[in-house]
Amino acid sequence: MASIEGALLDFKRLDRLAAGEMAIHRLDPRAKVLATLVFIITVVSFGKYELTPLFPFFLFPVVTVAAGDLPAGYIVRKIALLCPFALVVGMFNPIFDREVLVHLGPFGVTGGWISFASIVVRSILTVGSALALVGVTGFSAVCSALERMGMPQTFAVQLLFLYRYIFVLTEEGARTARARELRAFGKRGKGMGSYGPLVGHLLLRTWERAERVHRAMLSRGFDGRFHVRRPFRFGVVETLFTLGWSAFFVFCRLVNVPDLLGSLVTEVFR
Amino acid sequence: MHMADALLSPAVGGTMWAVSAGTIAFSSRKVRRELDDRKVPLMGVLGAFLFAVQMINFSIPGTGSSGHLGGGLLLTILLGPSAAFLTIASVLVVQALFFADGGLLALGCNIFNMGFIPAFIVYPLLYKRVVGKHPGPVRLTLAIMVSAVVGLQLGPLSVVLETWFSGISALPVSTFLLLMQPIHLAIGVVEGAVTVAVVSFVHKARPEILQGALEARPIGVHLVRTVLIAFLAAALLTGGIVSWFASKDPDGLEWAIARVTGKEELKGPEQGLHGALAALQNKTAILSDYAFRKPVAPKNGGTQPGDETTKVEESRLGTSVSGLLGALMTLAFALLSGFLLRRRKQPAGRAGN
Repeated sequence: MASIEGALLDFKRLDRLAAGEMAIHRLDPRAKVLATLVFIITVVSFGKYELTPLFPFFLFPVVTVAAGDLPAGYIVRKIALLCPFALVVGMFNPIFDREVLVHLGPFGVTGGWISFASIVVRSILTVGSALALVGVTGFSAVCSALERMGMPQTFAVQLLFLYRYIFVLTEEGARTARARELRAFGKRGKGMGSYGPLVGHLLLRTWERAERVHRAMLSRGFDGRFHVRRPFRFGVVETLFTLGWSAFFVFCRLVNVPDLLGSLVTEVFR
Repeated sequence: MHMADALLSPAVGGTMWAVSAGTIAFSSRKVRRELDDRKVPLMGVLGAFLFAVQMINFSIPGTGSSGHLGGGLLLTILLGPSAAFLTIASVLVVQALFFADGGLLALGCNIFNMGFIPAFIVYPLLYKRVVGKHPGPVRLTLAIMVSAVVGLQLGPLSVVLETWFSGISALPVSTFLLLMQPIHLAIGVVEGAVTVAVVSFVHKARPEILQGALEARPIGVHLVRTVLIAFLAAALLTGGIVSWFASKDPDGLEWAIARVTGKEELKGPEQGLHGALAALQNKTAILSDYAFRKPVAPKNGGTQPGDETTKVEESRLGTSVSGLLGALMTLAFALLSGFLLRRRKQPAGRAGN
């Protein structure tokens, strides 16, 4: 049961980070969302055998985490869980792709290992940037940024509603699961026979809660929209932030910085 | 079954984003036009319910492992396609942002695989047809089981196709299918059984909830056709635009086709500004050409050919070492800049306190 509550605590912690008051927190969320999107698209646009040109891109998540004063260890631990699906699928590359592409002294490195390494680096970059975005922006701000950028309002309301009730319902779910755990001695009672009614009860309680929420909202004058009083301003700083990072990403996409740097150093020491 | 950014090419990711965004816009308009604002809190709270329920496990008899409910089909049965699609999409957005399940670009694929397929393909074309207006328990069970199994075959199929079209993975499509489909057949059966258990419980406890969902005007063939045509148009349009922009890059699809058809020759990226590895690839290509020409060379006499080989070999080693070195240096630079930023921040923070 520790796992459900552990996951919940983890979730809350990331949520609370967004309440920080660093300069990057105060940026208009649209700037951060846009920069992150450009980042992800440039990262995934590299060819499958390109590994070294990906490294300059670490600058973006690292700087975001540092500028937002996010706990680096926590973010790294979350990234380390990586998407298992990508890893499992990537593991097949070295098996099926045995063409030797690079020689490091006596060792021949096959294309499969290079593309697998490339997949791992891509995972770290894309996952890291998404976590950093939430950490310095917060979920509701990301939602309202997306709404300003053209996301339908119904969907924005849905996202905010979902977010509001995730904590309530996961706590209820965790309590239910703990109650079952305490009554199930070892394995008995954890099968499907009790799971159906258990989830069914949770569903019915959820449904009734929704009806209560709806009545409460109606009595407060709900008209299908959420009114958020948060000043949005896409000023000079935001423009500089977005354009600066985008220019950096495009530059690193076009010019292989590590290669340049490396050949510079090896030339010097030759 | 979450698709991941790391396996996607921008063309595939962008296309699926456009498709999912279009379907979100369509469903939002539809939900709003229904003017049933009772559904607004219901969708939100049921999305949160999905979250909670995915955290509760049950043991699967005879296997010793445990599973959890996916819930896509359950939501579609309770809410109808448009509202369920929005709810599932919102859950996937939260998972992508907080649990790093897949990533932001892969969100389009995930919304399609886990939202669009159950809500707009399986539900109208299969579930509604089988279940009829006033189903008995047998008919309801049958409809749910068939829908769950088919939905959980189509979803992974679409994951395989998206991976294949992106061409980042070297896994042959037939092997990938053989890995994915049987596993998901088992998952589909379990998902179906659990959904049956929950739905029949609700059916007994509060039949009016299910009755409302059953009597809701089934979405007609007309609507399905509109959605599918819009989907195709969006896919073609964005696929065309994105691949036109991306045509400078090595084409992932060509790679994949070459792999699958068994042509061994590895072609390097045709043009452009590519990295150390692309350069290395060219170098190896030059070398192999050279090796082929080698037998001819002695006619001209001299030691030049051997010399050149070692030279090329040397520079090749040089480039790979310098590439790696450079990569390590940039990484160190990135980490150091983060560290320095933080160091600079901390005293300031304390002074503020």
